[in-house]
Amino acid sequence: MLRVMVNGKGEEASEGETLSSLAKRLSIAADVYIRNGFAVDGTLSLREGDQITLIERGKMPDKAQLEHMMTARHTPFVHERVKKATVGIAGLGGLGSNIAVMLARTGVGKLILADFDLVEPSNLNRQSYFIRHLGRPKTEALKEQIEEINPYVSVEIHTVRVEESDAVTLFGGCDVVCEAFDDPASKAALVSALLEGRPSVKLVAASGMAGFESANTIKTIRRFENLYLCGDGTNEAKEGNGLMAPRVTVCAAHQANMALRLLLGITEV
Amino acid sequence: MKLNGENRPLEEPVSLLAYLTALGCDPGKVAVEQNGQIVPKAQFASVVLKDTDELEVVSFVGGG
Repeated sequence: MLRVMVNGKGEEASEGETLSSLAKRLSIAADVYIRNGFAVDGTLSLREGDQITLIERGKMPDKAQLEHMMTARHTPFVHERVKKATVGIAGLGGLGSNIAVMLARTGVGKLILADFDLVEPSNLNRQSYFIRHLGRPKTEALKEQIEEINPYVSVEIHTVRVEESDAVTLFGGCDVVCEAFDDPASKAALVSALLEGRPSVKLVAASGMAGFESANTIKTIRRFENLYLCGDGTNEAKEGNGLMAPRVTVCAAHQANMALRLLLGITEV
Repeated sequence: MKLNGENRPLEEPVSLLAYLTALGCDPGKVAVEQNGQIVPKAQFASVVLKDTDELEVVSFVGGG
């Protein structure tokens, strides 16, 4: 006899029983079979300890079932770690808004989001906002999106300009902080203030992602003990070399992935 | 002295601020570690570099 988890409930299965026969036995008209976070074929046999999610396409599940189904695609040990974590994001422009959405999809337990600015039309070329958000604080617009993507993420927002003196108060309790400002002096000031005030916090900053040269020049490097830097290091936003969705999003993804790695205890880039 | 991992002998002690300026860095757009310790921005003018120091300077360009 095998013990498996099916849609969050413990079930017994017989040796050699397939996923599809299990679904049939439980009267679930499954269209998709997820085993241990991975979509598999229904003809596969169950194994001891399998975490199985059976999904019926087009059917809206209740809230508890929804959380289980959403987490089904998370690699099990990853989800448990990130669910307990807090990540701060300083600046919610092209980098920060995209990082926030990616980390929400990844299931990070708590996000602390800070930005003073309002959503304006020129933001829509690269930032994760919609027409309906125009004129609203970026913090509120992003919190609303995250609630629609993953309502199990706790989102704390601060609609303020982050000053050097507030950095530790706002982000000192985070496991990882992503620096996502636009202005280079603000970037340098946040990094210096946070690493001075909280030497143990892990910081993932960005420098150089404007224009449309090869996306392959955007990298993640480790600069200080607790400072990781993403970007190409040189392409600043200026006239004739604007910020555009592809490279900005690539850089945001580098930051989100490094943040995820750090939450999992991996310090190599 | 080592700057970003490379040997850069220092002729004589110099303030961090003067050194950064001589490098062509905008001191307002960098974060600096001296021997593994972050240097607060307010101390750039008062910190004096020695030839035995290991200095890491991270420069930021705009965009986000």
